[in-house]
Amino acid sequence: MFARASLIAAGLAIGLGAFMSTPAEAHRRWLLPSMTVFAGDEATASVDAAVSNQLFVFEHHALALDNLTITGPDGQPVQPTIIGSGKYRSTFDVPLKKQGTYRIALTSEGLMGFYELNGQRQRWRGTRGEISKIPAGATNVQINESISRTETFVSLGTPNDTALKPTGRGVEMIPVTHPTDLVAGEQAVMRFLFDGQPAAGLEIEFVEGGTRYRDNDGAQKLTTDAKGEVTLNVEDAGMYYLETTKSVDGQNGQPGRRASYTGVLEFLPS
Amino acid sequence: MRKTIAFVATGLIATPAVAGEMTVNVEIPRLRVAEYHKPYVAVWVENEAGQAVANLKVWYDVDMRNAEGTKWLPDMRTWWRRTGRTLKMPVNGVSGPTQGPGRYALKFRDGVQPLGRLAPGAYKLRIEAAREVGGREALAIPFQWPPRGTQTGSAQGQSELGAVSLILKP
Repeated sequence: MFARASLIAAGLAIGLGAFMSTPAEAHRRWLLPSMTVFAGDEATASVDAAVSNQLFVFEHHALALDNLTITGPDGQPVQPTIIGSGKYRSTFDVPLKKQGTYRIALTSEGLMGFYELNGQRQRWRGTRGEISKIPAGATNVQINESISRTETFVSLGTPNDTALKPTGRGVEMIPVTHPTDLVAGEQAVMRFLFDGQPAAGLEIEFVEGGTRYRDNDGAQKLTTDAKGEVTLNVEDAGMYYLETTKSVDGQNGQPGRRASYTGVLEFLPS
Repeated sequence: MRKTIAFVATGLIATPAVAGEMTVNVEIPRLRVAEYHKPYVAVWVENEAGQAVANLKVWYDVDMRNAEGTKWLPDMRTWWRRTGRTLKMPVNGVSGPTQGPGRYALKFRDGVQPLGRLAPGAYKLRIEAAREVGGREALAIPFQWPPRGTQTGSAQGQSELGAVSLILKP
């Protein structure tokens, strides 16, 4: 049910992406943890997953949890407890049993597009291997690969870096400043990678939660430097949302690529 | 020969053994609130770089089932970030149960845990309090170690802490 809804949403995003170069059309996708700093031998992080305009209000639709990957402090996967999905949000618990940092991610990868056959416009969806199955007579083949990552981080006890290693696929944020050791008034540096390489010139949108209670969402527009890094400056403590998209045009018969990243970070008061 | 060695050894011990005594007076204020819980309080010493060099006292709900009292330790967020998150609670000689409103005198001796032996230099005594369904407050009192004569310092809390003072004696 939710998988289908999300695929349709993804399809729309790509369809729009094909005509609009700006990434601003998308709703915001987020994983919002109850807190990012936990203590004790064991704890539970509770996480909401939603797509919305307002941060962090569940008002558009729930995020499907089919491709939820939680990496524990030892680099091993952690099994969440899925509570379920309502109309506007999905919810799950993450059992924290090992000391260190957990990376909680929703990822999706897929190819999508259109072609014309006998004057009829056809929607297509599949994998790279299935591109060859597009009928030989098809014209105006427009296929784009979409790869997205939505994530957040929590720590039990002393933070560590094992779960923060890049996967090398799509756009990723590799924290230089630890993502669960963020304090308002202190600069936080984040490095962005595209397919594992520093992504220079990426436009990052950085927004404080609570947009519903402001006239202006106050989004900061940042651009990554040559090392793929941006510096986040935060005055007020709270949950923050961050988003970026990297598009690569298709060429030589290869599909275009659209890689997006959204993340939620918590800044504590000093 | 033996005598010489004994003499040298005594000299080595005597030179760095700067006796020092530290008294920390902490006041926990009486608050008129609908739901009152005794605050979590941490007292520690940090060096000029802001690094914690001695954890002196941590008052928290040590007796809760399944060590659930550790859950709120990060509410003392400065202490948590500087040192608390690296500790396995409870810490012998440091942690103790929460205390209600009143004045408390905590004594520490140079060379004895939990103060241990501080290298000569500038330090800050840090006191942080956080209360369930309440607020959080952190104070600092700078001091020089070892003390030359009796030295005192103080800080005044506004919400979760009352008067806090530090008395150092050689």
